[in-house]
Amino acid sequence: MENIITTVVAISGITGFLALLLSIANRTIANYGEKKLIINEEKEYIVEGGDNLLSTLNEQDIFIPSACGGKGSCGYCKVKVIEGGGQFLATEKGYVSETERLDGIRLSCQLRVKEDIRIEIPEELFNVKQYEYTVTILEDLTDKIKRVRLELPETQEINYKPGQYIQILTPVYDGNEEVYRAYSITTPPSSKHAIELFIGYVPDGICTTYIHKHLKVNDKLNIVGPFGDFYYREGDKEMVLVAIGTGMAPIMGILRYMNENHIERKATLYFGARTRSDMFMTDELKELEKTMYDFEYINCLSRPTAHCEWDGKVGRVTDLIEKFVDNGESKEAYLCGSPPMIDSVIPILKEKGFTDGDIYFDKFD
Amino acid sequence: MEINPIVIFFAAIFTNNMILANFLGMCSFIAVSSDIKTSFSLGQAVTFVLTFTTLINFIVYRYVLVPLRLEYMRFIVFIIVIAAFVQLVEMIIDRYFQTLYYALGIFLPLITVNCAILGVSLFMVIRDYTLLQSVALGVGSGLGWMLAIVAMAGIRQKIKNNPFPKGLEGPGITLIITGLMALAFIGFSGIVQIQ
Repeated sequence: MENIITTVVAISGITGFLALLLSIANRTIANYGEKKLIINEEKEYIVEGGDNLLSTLNEQDIFIPSACGGKGSCGYCKVKVIEGGGQFLATEKGYVSETERLDGIRLSCQLRVKEDIRIEIPEELFNVKQYEYTVTILEDLTDKIKRVRLELPETQEINYKPGQYIQILTPVYDGNEEVYRAYSITTPPSSKHAIELFIGYVPDGICTTYIHKHLKVNDKLNIVGPFGDFYYREGDKEMVLVAIGTGMAPIMGILRYMNENHIERKATLYFGARTRSDMFMTDELKELEKTMYDFEYINCLSRPTAHCEWDGKVGRVTDLIEKFVDNGESKEAYLCGSPPMIDSVIPILKEKGFTDGDIYFDKFD
Repeated sequence: MEINPIVIFFAAIFTNNMILANFLGMCSFIAVSSDIKTSFSLGQAVTFVLTFTTLINFIVYRYVLVPLRLEYMRFIVFIIVIAAFVQLVEMIIDRYFQTLYYALGIFLPLITVNCAILGVSLFMVIRDYTLLQSVALGVGSGLGWMLAIVAMAGIRQKIKNNPFPKGLEGPGITLIITGLMALAFIGFSGIVQIQ
């Protein structure tokens, strides 16, 4: 008996001593104290040092886009560090190109705030906030795409540009970890209390599975936004809009905005789907053709089956563009959908005379 | 058996090399040995940690565990001491030696579970070494480990662009080379002997 007690006391003593030592070290050595964070040479914050820049900024209610939630695996959370970022890290190498590195670009989730730091971020990120939305509508648009309507309390509102996106914080379920996933807003900016999203189902996708299999009406969703440089640009050039699948989402936002504001600009939407059952929003788009100034909706199916009873165009959006688009010099293009689609459409547009500056795109990875 | 600490020191490097004679600490040896610079940094870190954990473990063992007749608790005590020490070293390096911290990256915390480190502490107990002998074993084993990993990194850099059968690429060929290096190190076995 005595032996057992000695063992327990001795081992506890040794462990306790080491724990004490480490606690003291944590309080002294690993305590970086308060550091100054200066953003864009104008805003100054006093922050607790030692944490990574991304979460330090989050604590100040500044949200940098990040899909992986700070694990260094998405490469979205780039910021420009002017001073005080410390050394460039091996974990950043894969995401920051050589030219970006020389320009001071860093992955904010990797570098830690250990000294006073000066950074530059795009002005619009100050507009990014965290919201708690309530789900009010969940509707199947196709067997893979859901329309999700989210509403804010009456007192709150969100300001965004047509075509921008928000990020959904997917809560923990089935042992998954929390992740942020980006979805484009389909509603026009005039809709400040409610936004709508098109969310496609991706097998094994953490967020899409949550939305499709677990989410119910009246559930709460945490959302950060708005983000993105894919949005409607004012001008009078004719617009060429190209989308496949859920890439329709930001395009809908842009079209609804143009319709609402009676913008007098010619626009054509080229939409591609696989089969007839993957087509959606057709009724509203037909309606927009009537109400908008000069809008045309052209679609095609890449794999129509006998069930489709399809007498429209067959092929991919690239075929449509080859066939219908010309005089790119006087036009502006907005592309949204899967990376392969965008990568194959851009060269075609360039051949037709579009310049780099007039092609806007949003790749849905 | 009274062996001169200097003999132990050299034996730990050449004849009783942690990797090439005992095959301990293989995981980071295989994973990190692709670049000489990183290998050298990790070797330094391992040597540092080995030296001090052997010293601390010796003191804890001799002056706490033995008097209380708790020798059978040595595994858990050694492991806790090593873990706490690595944690402490990480904090210090993170704060005061930025460059080294970034060079070592994830491999620094991984030293905690490097079997060579626990191995040395256990050898010191099994062989009933004195303080000086234990420290000599610690430093020597660390340097030996560093020698092996740096040599391996050198070889791997030389053969980087050589064609290998698919299944032998990376760890496969590394293990074979380790075997050949171990054979070569047998050549040292006549010099000193501690076992």
